[in-house]
Amino acid sequence: MSVRDLFTAMSYGPAPDSPAEALAWIESHGGRLGHWIDGAFGTPDTAFAIANPATGAVLAHVAQGTAADVDAAVTSARHAQTEWAQRSGHDRARVLYALARLVQKHSRLLALLQTLETGKPLRDSHDADLPLVARHFSYHAGLAQLSGTEFPGLVPLGVCAAVIPWHAPLRMLAWKVAPALAAGNAVVLKPSRQTPLTALLFADLSRQAGLPPGVLNVVTGDGATGAALVAHPGVAKVAFAGSTKVGRQIRQAVAGSGKALTLMLGGASVVIVFEDADLDSAVEGVIDGVFTHHGQAGARLLVQEGLADRFHTKLRRRIERLRIGDPLDKCTDIGALPARPELDRIAHLVAATPGAELFRPAPPLADGRFCAPMLITGLSPASASMQDEIPGPVGVATTFRTPAEAVELANNSRHGLAASVWTENGSLALAVARKLKAGVVWINATHQFDAAAGFGGLRDSGFGRDGGLEGFRDWLKPAKAVPPPAPRLAPMPAPERPKAPDIDRTAKLFIGGKQVRPDGGGSRAVWSAQGRLLGHAPLGNRKDIRNAVEAARAATGWAATSGYNRAQVLYYMAENLSARAEEFAARLRDLTGTPGEAEVEAAICRLFDAAASAGSVEGRVKPAPFDGLVMALPGPMGVVGILCPDAAPLLGLVSLMAPAIAMGNTCVLVPSEPFPLAATDFCQVIETSDLPAGVVNLVTGAHRDLAPTLAGHMGVDAVWCFSGADLSAAIEAASAENLKRSWIGTGCEDASPAEVLRQAVEIRTVWAPAGV
Amino acid sequence: MTTDLTRAAAQLPQLAHPRNPGMALDLEWVAQAQANAPAIARRAASLPATRGVKKDHQAAWLCKAISLIDLTALSGDDTPGRVRRLCAKARQPVRPDLLAALGMEGLTTGAVCVYHEMVETAVRALDGSGIPVAAVSTGFPAGLSPYRLRLAEIGESVAAGASEIDIVISRRHVLTGDWQALYDEMCQMRQAAGSAHVKAILATGELGSLRNVARASLVCMMAGADFIKTSTGKEPVNATLPVSLTMIRAIRDYQDRTGFRIGFKPAGGISKAKEALVYLAMMKEELGHPWLQPDLFRFGASSLLGDIERQLDHHVTGCYSAANRHPLG
Repeated sequence: MSVRDLFTAMSYGPAPDSPAEALAWIESHGGRLGHWIDGAFGTPDTAFAIANPATGAVLAHVAQGTAADVDAAVTSARHAQTEWAQRSGHDRARVLYALARLVQKHSRLLALLQTLETGKPLRDSHDADLPLVARHFSYHAGLAQLSGTEFPGLVPLGVCAAVIPWHAPLRMLAWKVAPALAAGNAVVLKPSRQTPLTALLFADLSRQAGLPPGVLNVVTGDGATGAALVAHPGVAKVAFAGSTKVGRQIRQAVAGSGKALTLMLGGASVVIVFEDADLDSAVEGVIDGVFTHHGQAGARLLVQEGLADRFHTKLRRRIERLRIGDPLDKCTDIGALPARPELDRIAHLVAATPGAELFRPAPPLADGRFCAPMLITGLSPASASMQDEIPGPVGVATTFRTPAEAVELANNSRHGLAASVWTENGSLALAVARKLKAGVVWINATHQFDAAAGFGGLRDSGFGRDGGLEGFRDWLKPAKAVPPPAPRLAPMPAPERPKAPDIDRTAKLFIGGKQVRPDGGGSRAVWSAQGRLLGHAPLGNRKDIRNAVEAARAATGWAATSGYNRAQVLYYMAENLSARAEEFAARLRDLTGTPGEAEVEAAICRLFDAAASAGSVEGRVKPAPFDGLVMALPGPMGVVGILCPDAAPLLGLVSLMAPAIAMGNTCVLVPSEPFPLAATDFCQVIETSDLPAGVVNLVTGAHRDLAPTLAGHMGVDAVWCFSGADLSAAIEAASAENLKRSWIGTGCEDASPAEVLRQAVEIRTVWAPAGV
Repeated sequence: MTTDLTRAAAQLPQLAHPRNPGMALDLEWVAQAQANAPAIARRAASLPATRGVKKDHQAAWLCKAISLIDLTALSGDDTPGRVRRLCAKARQPVRPDLLAALGMEGLTTGAVCVYHEMVETAVRALDGSGIPVAAVSTGFPAGLSPYRLRLAEIGESVAAGASEIDIVISRRHVLTGDWQALYDEMCQMRQAAGSAHVKAILATGELGSLRNVARASLVCMMAGADFIKTSTGKEPVNATLPVSLTMIRAIRDYQDRTGFRIGFKPAGGISKAKEALVYLAMMKEELGHPWLQPDLFRFGASSLLGDIERQLDHHVTGCYSAANRHPLG
């Protein structure tokens, strides 16, 4: 076409970038890349091909990691980690700073290679991902520098395994590798089977930053390689990002191993559009957050009923303008996907749903690798496609009437990753943001990230945060050696000739603010060290746990009370315990055979600790390079199931219960199994302390019987186990179904007030932009 | 004086599209208009990277930009000689050898834009070219001279031969939320212009917020503006991408609601070829192809043309150019 013809047509024309630089790097390695272990590339024995999703052309061959490869990598990491951890924070900061600079200096090469292997538009790689990668290393250089002063008493975990997905491989690499290295860990990274090249390039470049050999190893391969890495006994922590399905498998695989675990899983995000929103901006937000940037999961769009038609019309018109094609072209919005999403399945599902309307401007091209986004309207929450995981660039829309209903619909989900709220009403935005069950909430925005702001999910979207101080803490552990598991204590034996008690005292379960008899109708006699019958402890069963969880869930109003109010209740509890200190001390002496005065005093002190925290725990405002406020808000997780330690039956109970409720959680506690009566006595303290019914529930009984029910209950959001019985494997495996946070402690010493507080809150990030 | 109507048809909206008749002031609609500044700023920041044109496409787009320029002289020291030079440049915006190499002979700017006193000179200088003359009016740039005189000024410029009138709105009506007053003023100015088409200058740099920009845009369109224009070029902040996006979205809503197409003219501060390409891509993405024609889109610019000439020279010769190799306007 002549210039004159183009003057009339005003079409864009092709504007591709050359991939030559990235191809040259591959060629410099002969097109075959082994694992990066101990600072050098190995020679691949068995290799598989990596194809460019946009063209199908083979880019390179990389090694299929075996168990032996994984072992070599972990061994190399273990040797290197000792020296790396001993370096000063400043020395590590210098290396991380150099890595940040290297990323900037090679941003074009890194972006090109990422686009070649992922099929995502070069613009996304270069303009969106790469700056975040550099920023992540730079920020964590800062944390390395400050680690000695900001995180006293904490040390690195050791060798950490990072397993990452294909949609943003460099960003995911940075999110795991930067904090891990800054904290003094060594890393074995297993990139996605589809996108290993960027990780290998990054490793290659890391030599220039002076990263010692072995501190970062990259083992390529498929799911089997990842499984071998996760299972390796030399690994102290597993950090996984990817699908909920694989996250659940990993949760089960590491259950009981003592390995630390963070899971950054997917799940449809939520976009809520209120009637006073800037609709055009909300449309752009949906385009940015849902339909572009290679989203692995779709989104649920909740639109206020009165404007739904207008909003959907605007959105459809905008979707039509999206350009799908060559990821190297400057004008491409949506490139090719390395893994074909099951969009046809969704389309069939929609076709079978009455009232649902599917908008799909173009059918998938080239074997489904180029996918046009889909908008599905007219669905109700009960539709399968509103409930299922939504793969790929799909928006599923429904309507709401009121803010309360919007929140209810948004939270009616197994997932809890990210949400965005669109309204010009500032107080409405904050009210909704506070109530959403999502790890990240963007107000009048989507798809904002920063190294200083934690990112991660709740519920089936996983646990742990990438970024921020809260994320960094997940790569550290207390310097103090973890005490060995407390021995399981046996109850005092029944004497041959029992003495009768003065007046029979019947201990009961405490559920929903009432003392209730156990469902099974059974009890166990509890004897003193001197052979005196102290009473009968009820034997709770799974139905009692069910009732207790129900009561705890009904008491969620507690979360909405002020910290000041919760502190008052905890102080009152301390007052009432103090008034009965002698009685409790005597009870403890009877139960355990040792004097109880010190334990009662310690329990009162813990109540004061918790009260103090309830009234003083602060959120943070993040130093993100962002015009507005990025806030980290600590909040309750919901219902916490707690198995108390065998020893110190009063202090163990109070040390865990008090911080949990101080932060607004409600809880179901299973008191010390051998010495349960201190807890049943404590019910009376609770009853007289103005604590709302259901906030604390106590079910005595056999830990081994009750733990699986508690850990497997979908209504429990976190489970803590300090039991003398070795239940960690059972609890962690059972917790996999709804991916609740679990915390396995090995003694009361573990339960330092600061650590319990950290475990008792969920930190959510809220992004509130500013501007006129 | 002869007018080439076939040429004029390409330039004047009232001839190519049904002219916006305006509508009753809909205060509810005005009240509902929203513009979230941070979100608009993000979209504006990402826009330039999302679309690009290369090689022949870029040359064609730059020629298009020239055809959309209201070549402007709005200085206190303008003289008839200066304006005649400007008009000569409007007729022959690019060196003839370059236009020949591009196959774009006959390319002219969209219009020439001058003060009232220079209208007759410009009309005479452009006789036979089909290039319309636009007059800034109504007490430009502040719009604070007596209302009666501002209205009269429009009529005089039309009588002098201006076929486009760039009026300035009373910013105080926006800043005090007196939408009725703004509407009434705009209606009367439109009436005073008769068949000349009216560009309403919002002076967005003085409106305080993007939401005010959105609301003022709607009110002016309701009152019958043919074009809405960002700035006089004399405010501290002139055309910006966020302001332009806000106005463009208002134009789209107005078309959705009424069916009438309103033109857009960013003015002031656009001086680079690269920026012009971003604006064109934005018009194409947000409003579509019809807004890439002079009847619905203009650049108010004086130095933009020079940069485009150098880029076209580079396209033709492969060598980076210099200003002294291109004739002055």
